Amino acid sequence: MGTGPLLLLATLEGTVMAAVLALAAVGLSLSFGVMRVVNVAHGEFFMLGAVLAWAVAQAVPSAPLGFVAALVICPVLVGALAYAIDAGLLRRLKHDPEATIVATIGLSYILQQGALSLFGPDARPVEAPFTLRLQLPWFGYSGYKLFVVVAAALVLLAVWWVMTRSRAGLVMRATQIDRATARAFGINVDRVYAGTFALGAGLAAVAAVLIVPIQQAHYLMGHDPLLLSFIVVIIGGLGSIRGTLIAALVIGLADGILSMLYPPTLAKIFATLAVALVLVFRPQGLFGARP
Amino acid sequence: MLRIERLSGGYGPTQVLRDVTLEVPEGEVTCVMGRNGAGKTTLMRAIMGQITRSAGQISLQGQPLQSLPAYEVPRQGIGYVPQGRRLFGAMTVAENLEIGLMTRGKGAQTRETVLALFPRLRERLDQAAGTLSGGEQQMLALARALCLDPAVLLLDEPTEGLQPSMIQLIRDTVTTLRDQGVAILLVEQRVEAVLNIADRVAFMEHGRMAEITPAQGLVPDGAIFQRYVGV
Repeated sequence: MGTGPLLLLATLEGTVMAAVLALAAVGLSLSFGVMRVVNVAHGEFFMLGAVLAWAVAQAVPSAPLGFVAALVICPVLVGALAYAIDAGLLRRLKHDPEATIVATIGLSYILQQGALSLFGPDARPVEAPFTLRLQLPWFGYSGYKLFVVVAAALVLLAVWWVMTRSRAGLVMRATQIDRATARAFGINVDRVYAGTFALGAGLAAVAAVLIVPIQQAHYLMGHDPLLLSFIVVIIGGLGSIRGTLIAALVIGLADGILSMLYPPTLAKIFATLAVALVLVFRPQGLFGARP
Repeated sequence: MLRIERLSGGYGPTQVLRDVTLEVPEGEVTCVMGRNGAGKTTLMRAIMGQITRSAGQISLQGQPLQSLPAYEVPRQGIGYVPQGRRLFGAMTVAENLEIGLMTRGKGAQTRETVLALFPRLRERLDQAAGTLSGGEQQMLALARALCLDPAVLLLDEPTEGLQPSMIQLIRDTVTTLRDQGVAILLVEQRVEAVLNIADRVAFMEHGRMAEITPAQGLVPDGAIFQRYVGV
């Protein structure tokens, strides 16, 4: 394969990676931006989404139906679990930034080991809902992967609409700016926090359901999305959705292209170097507000 | 209208308010004065449920407020303009107003009434609140509170740092609201402003209500101001 087609293939792979990463990272960015909670368990919500997708797909005999059911049910289940965790755990800690880091570290182990106990250590495949292959002059490419990009873009568009055009988004943004004043205007901040935490976890679950026909589900799969989400959120600027999307595109594309052309470790080195440079020269991130 | 009885409270274990009793009647402006640290802002925050209240009662038209969570207090009809305005700076003027309207206001009708009071805000509806001038920001803070259609309005130093024309506009608005029957609790440091607008003046000292007196008959260089405000 010539350099041009190879670069095109790498770009396509990077775009898929960027789309899924953007979903997971926006979820993390929302919970930090609105709640000031660094959710170390975010990767485990991603993992739960994937493992539950396998369980739902097993329960529904037809592959397309099983996938669609998983795409609807898993984010709702993971979101509901996150809502309960916020109400039962994080609220009791008064959403204190330091205490919640420790709590979500503990939570990540509980979720991980819970998934191991319930679903076992094996990687579980989930069948893609369709097997369309797009035949380009130089290579064939999975139609499902392109579907992942489109689906992720639609979900992100919906998140943008909610945040900028809906009452729920208005309330979330007001809470993000000043929670005491938000309360003085009748906003139930605890409910906003629980809803935001649930939305963030739900987005991670959507990302996982979309990726699981490509990657398989297993109980340790939350590490990479967590690390990359943090890298993206730090580069983009904590709490900035626009920054998160742009950073996800850069890191996702870089990962796809570098992994295709060079050993995959180089892509991780690039991401880590990028985050280090941002932390040194622009600690608030590319689009974050200066504290 | 708003009744505060033997209220004590503060920030965590630090007690600031001690046994504060005050009534804010309908259609009157009650001014709270006192030196820095006397507890004026803390009293406002205690009414809004933003700080720990260790004892005492707060009631609005006979309904107790002290057991309600903070977000329920404005829903009962108490509007609050905090010190320093505390606008949602990254949000537009229209969005700031919407925050007030969605909680309690009567939608478009309330919005129109509020914008009629502050026509300049109508021209700036799509502008970010943080980019307004100081006077416009104060107008917006007041307008946002009025979007709650409040029976009681708490104003914490609303004329601080404003130019004279803007101070006059804020005073005129307060007078209009008082004439409409709104009960107003105003924290103010300028003696002249207080004498122009207040029906009663409550002096605080060391977290206690030291003296409450009708504004009529007070003079700018009176001993009472010397004693409690230091002017």
